[in-house]
Amino acid sequence: MTYFIILLLLIPLAGFLISLLSPSRNEGLISRIVFITTGLQLIISLAFTAAWILTGGQPLASESVVIFSSGSYEYGLDLYFDKITSVFLLAGTILTFLVTTYSRRYLHREEGYKRFFYTILLFYSGYNITIFSGNFETLFIGWEILGITSFLLISFYRDRYLPVKNAVKVFSVYRLADVGILLAVWASHHLWSSYITFEKISDYQMVQRQLQAHGLIGIAVSVMIVLAAAAKSAQLPFSSWLPRAMEGPTPSTAIFYGALSAHMGVFLLLRTWPFWQHQPGIRLLIGVIGLSTGIVATAIARTQSSVKSQIAYASISQIGLIFVEIAAGLENLALLHFAGNAFLRATQLLISPSIVSQRIGEYRRVKESSFNLEKWIPERLRNGLYMLSLQEWGLDSFMYRYLWNPFKKVGGALGFLTARRVGLFFIPVYLTGAFFCFHQRYVPTELRAWLPAASSLLGLVMAIKSFSERKNVWLSWILIITNHLWVALAVSFNERIPAGQLLLYLSGVIIAGPAGYWCLSRLRKLERHIGLSQFHGHIQRHKRIGIVFFLSCLGLSGFPITPTFIGEDLVFSHIHQNQVLLAFLVSLGCIINGLSLIRIYARVFLGPGMRSQYELTYRSS
Amino acid sequence: MNASINDRRAESGFYNEQETLELLRCFLPSQPPLKDFVHHNPLHGFQSLKFGDGLASASKIFGYQLYLPLEEYRSLYDSGRINRYALEQAILEKYPDEGFECWQERLFSKQYEPHRHTRIGALRSNWKREYQIDIDSQTHPALFRILSGYLDQGIATWRFPVSPAGFISSLRKMEQNGLVSFFRRKRASRLLLETSCEIKDLLGILVGRPALYSQYLFDQQFAHPGWSGMASWGENNPGRLLQERNISLRELIQLELLLEIDALDSRFGTTWQPLGKRVGMMSGDIFAPVEKTELELVLAIWQDAFEWSYYNHVLATLSCRKDKDERNSHRSSQSLFCLDDRSGSLRRHLEQADPACETFGTPGFFGVPFFFQAEPGGNYTRQAPAQSKPEHVIKQIGATQARENSLDLPLGTNSLFRGWLISQTLGFWATFRLLLNIFRPQSGLLTTEPVKEQKNAPWLSVENSISYPLENGLQIGYTVPEMADSVESLLRSIDLTVDFARVIYVIGHGASSVNNPHYAAYDCGACSGNPGGINARVFAWMANHPKVRELLDEHGIRIPDRTQFVGALHDTTRDDITFYDTQTLSSENTHYHEINRKVFISALDLNAKERAGRFASIDPNLTPERAHQAVRSRSVSLFEPRPELNHATNAVCIVGHRDMSRGHFWDRRLFMNSYNYAGDPDGKVLYDILNAATPVCGGINLEYFFSRTDNHRLGAGSKLPHNVVGLLGVANGMEGDLRTGLPSQMTELHDPVRLLMIVEHSPSVVSAVIGRSEKLREWFANQWVHLVVIEPGSGTFLRFKDDRFEVYSPSAYHENAVEP
Repeated sequence: MTYFIILLLLIPLAGFLISLLSPSRNEGLISRIVFITTGLQLIISLAFTAAWILTGGQPLASESVVIFSSGSYEYGLDLYFDKITSVFLLAGTILTFLVTTYSRRYLHREEGYKRFFYTILLFYSGYNITIFSGNFETLFIGWEILGITSFLLISFYRDRYLPVKNAVKVFSVYRLADVGILLAVWASHHLWSSYITFEKISDYQMVQRQLQAHGLIGIAVSVMIVLAAAAKSAQLPFSSWLPRAMEGPTPSTAIFYGALSAHMGVFLLLRTWPFWQHQPGIRLLIGVIGLSTGIVATAIARTQSSVKSQIAYASISQIGLIFVEIAAGLENLALLHFAGNAFLRATQLLISPSIVSQRIGEYRRVKESSFNLEKWIPERLRNGLYMLSLQEWGLDSFMYRYLWNPFKKVGGALGFLTARRVGLFFIPVYLTGAFFCFHQRYVPTELRAWLPAASSLLGLVMAIKSFSERKNVWLSWILIITNHLWVALAVSFNERIPAGQLLLYLSGVIIAGPAGYWCLSRLRKLERHIGLSQFHGHIQRHKRIGIVFFLSCLGLSGFPITPTFIGEDLVFSHIHQNQVLLAFLVSLGCIINGLSLIRIYARVFLGPGMRSQYELTYRSS
Repeated sequence: MNASINDRRAESGFYNEQETLELLRCFLPSQPPLKDFVHHNPLHGFQSLKFGDGLASASKIFGYQLYLPLEEYRSLYDSGRINRYALEQAILEKYPDEGFECWQERLFSKQYEPHRHTRIGALRSNWKREYQIDIDSQTHPALFRILSGYLDQGIATWRFPVSPAGFISSLRKMEQNGLVSFFRRKRASRLLLETSCEIKDLLGILVGRPALYSQYLFDQQFAHPGWSGMASWGENNPGRLLQERNISLRELIQLELLLEIDALDSRFGTTWQPLGKRVGMMSGDIFAPVEKTELELVLAIWQDAFEWSYYNHVLATLSCRKDKDERNSHRSSQSLFCLDDRSGSLRRHLEQADPACETFGTPGFFGVPFFFQAEPGGNYTRQAPAQSKPEHVIKQIGATQARENSLDLPLGTNSLFRGWLISQTLGFWATFRLLLNIFRPQSGLLTTEPVKEQKNAPWLSVENSISYPLENGLQIGYTVPEMADSVESLLRSIDLTVDFARVIYVIGHGASSVNNPHYAAYDCGACSGNPGGINARVFAWMANHPKVRELLDEHGIRIPDRTQFVGALHDTTRDDITFYDTQTLSSENTHYHEINRKVFISALDLNAKERAGRFASIDPNLTPERAHQAVRSRSVSLFEPRPELNHATNAVCIVGHRDMSRGHFWDRRLFMNSYNYAGDPDGKVLYDILNAATPVCGGINLEYFFSRTDNHRLGAGSKLPHNVVGLLGVANGMEGDLRTGLPSQMTELHDPVRLLMIVEHSPSVVSAVIGRSEKLREWFANQWVHLVVIEPGSGTFLRFKDDRFEVYSPSAYHENAVEP
């Protein structure tokens, strides 16, 4: 049976690769590839699920495919299939089939027809990897693909300002969720001190034993999972990203943000339920998040005057209820609710243009019949609540004020770090660091314990400076590379790491760093203007450079196309259980690095660009 | 040049609020809400200038792209769509002293740098340059959210607490709640609560230099022309919204200025300098005269050549007109259509299927302008051209629903608990329905019958009775003399006063697309974006009225008793026709109707087949019936952004007898208004026709024109990411400005050529007629619409240019000479 799981994973990937190769003008061919891929997937999924139910419906787990191992550390891929997977599989497959079939004609003659479909297929591959994953590592691969394809589809209209801006915004929230997972993986490494799969954590006895031994870590892992789930499912306080993600063509909006992407947090919680079910605090936390989101998002949805944002907030409020259901242990209800909500919101979004002809004329009747809770509230309070909801309870500005602005402020304080100073400072300090790393005996013992943290702090400073750099794109790029180097140094201080492992971690950096640098230099030669002060939109004229640069960004950010991805995980495994600060600094650096990369890509290649105003839309549109 | 615009602005250095606001309203888009989408010239503010000058100014001032890209003209030339002769003529006409050779290099090979600088936005860009603050991104989201909340026509379930005193008063009242503020800092809130928020005071804080005020407001408003245009439309058309809202451009500006002050306060505290203190010399006058660039001169030549290449073909075809067939022969049927370009092909197919039938074209409200109320207590819809002022209201009693073309899918399930129930039940059902639609698009309304009869259609209050009181200042129904007047003037205008057939069809048109927020743009433009079936029914009812017939008889129009009028609605998307009230036909006429019905069926099939040729999704080898079925299923496909191509390719309007154009293939590019010069020696009827048809057809034409050339700014972009906002308009995503104009899916096949109005009458009469109204004259004199007169008798073509008529002889020269 597990072969079928692998088949189900491979079909969308194969479809993605084939569609990537097809000529972009040939709409017929592309749409046929997509139709066959999703149709085949649908048939096999249905047959597989039916067979699985008929054979008893017991959870299936594949054998681990260990990709890398060293000592107690193992990096492997694992697959798992149970009731949760089956519901997500069927809902995802049916909706993807529905939406792609819908889009075959809907996108006719749209610029980026091919781009749309291969991104959807890649998204769908990532979705499948996530739901079939048998351990955190595998889940993280899918999770990363979801994030990056989201970015691509939100910025589908890449020559307009708002889609690109919002794509970066949404990506930053996703990045936060990624780090939640990354830290959860780190903590769970130490919790189990061996390779762990989702199958194993459903073993109640074992989980109990471990949790009793390491109570604090258990809570930390759970909190990270909840953070990741809340961010990905647009729960409080992250809700405002979901309506802003609705910039792409309506069908992609429907499948991503109406249906599948927004429910990934639900999946994560359901999947990890055996782990935290006996931690009442966590269950309470999830319940409170869900319930408060449900209430607040409903209030916001009621005041939204655009149809898509109304659907988005309505969906968020239902996901809040699903969180409550999960916290209450009502798994089956949550699954039913997930599928229903996904179907309903996808459908609503697809038919949202109909609302004009549907509502004109019938509004009067709605007015008389609808029951208004608001009537019972005193007017002043009511007006206040209305205004609060109209302003989305300040959720959007909240994200800026408390998450990203502090980094920008720190970065602003680092304004003195010009390219030259960075060079002057970085090279000697790093060399000294490397020297001490190999000859630790010269380092006073009291200091030794602090070296890893100090080194990673420097790395973080580099990342922050890169993220907040306003002009010099090269500086920003190089700082990202140095961040990786500092991280490598930090863990090397920590314990003696085989050179091979470091190389594995830095391999992506070694390839992607120079490649990206080359792209920027080449572009500079061709276009003169590149920088970070505004959007340049160079992708319009330099598609190939854009693609290479994008791949370089992915390589540098530890996306699962280079071994750096495994290396990242590996690096974390060398951070000791008691080095919470180090783990925090490294992961923060990792978030900001990824953000900075996407920011560079967006600023240089996307957006309205340098062309004359005559060829552009208004920035506000 | 540019006199008329400049005169209104006093010398700079002095700020006059009234003037600035008026000027703003004149240039902002004046597009109504989606439900009554009416085509209009997006550059109406420049219509007082000559076409070429207006385009140059608009381009320089507002940054619009108003011609096709140069490369596109060149490739049109290569493909033969622009011919050499027309190109030579265009040069000759503009530069009589220079030859073709002088321009050859510039036309065909020279590369031009696109010009980069527009005047709008220059002043306000200093916020970013001098203060490093992106002020738009600080204020627009809040501004749009508040505006759309206030103006919302029915999307939000919790509505804005509107106070009848107006927008700013509502905001003030809400701000008083003391708990939550619209603003981040105290000052703006205090300004709103404690002052009257005069624009000039607020500008004093922000800009501080009166000479720049006017320019600042232009910069500010044209950063989001969609919302500003909507506010200014609301101000100019009070009472037209379904949910009454009291808004004005002035109030919008007040709020925006407050938000800007707030944004600056929250960034710099209260101590920042006004913008005017930091910027140096600014010209301050964005309307200063504009110099045309060489590229613009070249583009203007190409544009003229493109237009006249087609016009020449049209005129050449008209010049070899066939002799009139004997008029007195027995007519099998007569049909009155809308002058709409989409009716043209159906008329041709009808005439080919039944050579004895006769068709007429007239603006699709059939001379009976009124407000229509579909159900008791319901809203009024305007069944008349946008610029007219109907004085009657007609009520419908006993109807089930006004518009039944949307699929009934759940859109209103957004509360917490209802959503909880529905998502787990109806959610599945809805998706199932959607899946069905994707594979077999259909709805309960989709029948395979191209021709439907709606017997005993709901009752309409067409006839006034003395007992009816006035309703909202409107008279309910028409009195008999009014009816007779309306019927008479229509019949006279299309010259149908003798030789009545036994059954006369009055066929309005509408369109039935699904999942399409711009549906109103597909309906009848002469009925303000509503289906014209009601007007057809009303007209038929009037013309059948025995007392009306008596009065008509007295006035010299003798309609035989056996003649009966039948109202009908042509669905231009599906190519189906519904005939109303056929039960009232006499038994003999029922027999004739049965025969005509077959003619209609075959003509509709052929028409659908002709249209299907343009649709990539339909196999060109289908039989007419199958093609018709495919066209029909397109109309109910949720995923079809092009249910029909609407007015795309429209180019010419003929005001004259159908015999001129009958029997030729016009590819649905003609508006046709029936008219007989012989019965109208003083041009009285002609004036009415031109006065109605020119703004309607010219508006359609120019809206398509500019939405095609500048789909980014004057068009609505691709419709795929559109998000319906407040039922008023569409925006991209959640935080975007309203998009005005037409989506690219409607205009991509359109050839941007100006409308050529062809009138059959003597030039002196036409001259006098268009001179009667300055507004009308402006269209032709400034060449926003071309005018060619066909002199009766001689058949000479006379082109109206620089206020006089020049003989134009169409050349048979079609093919391009070999490239030099």
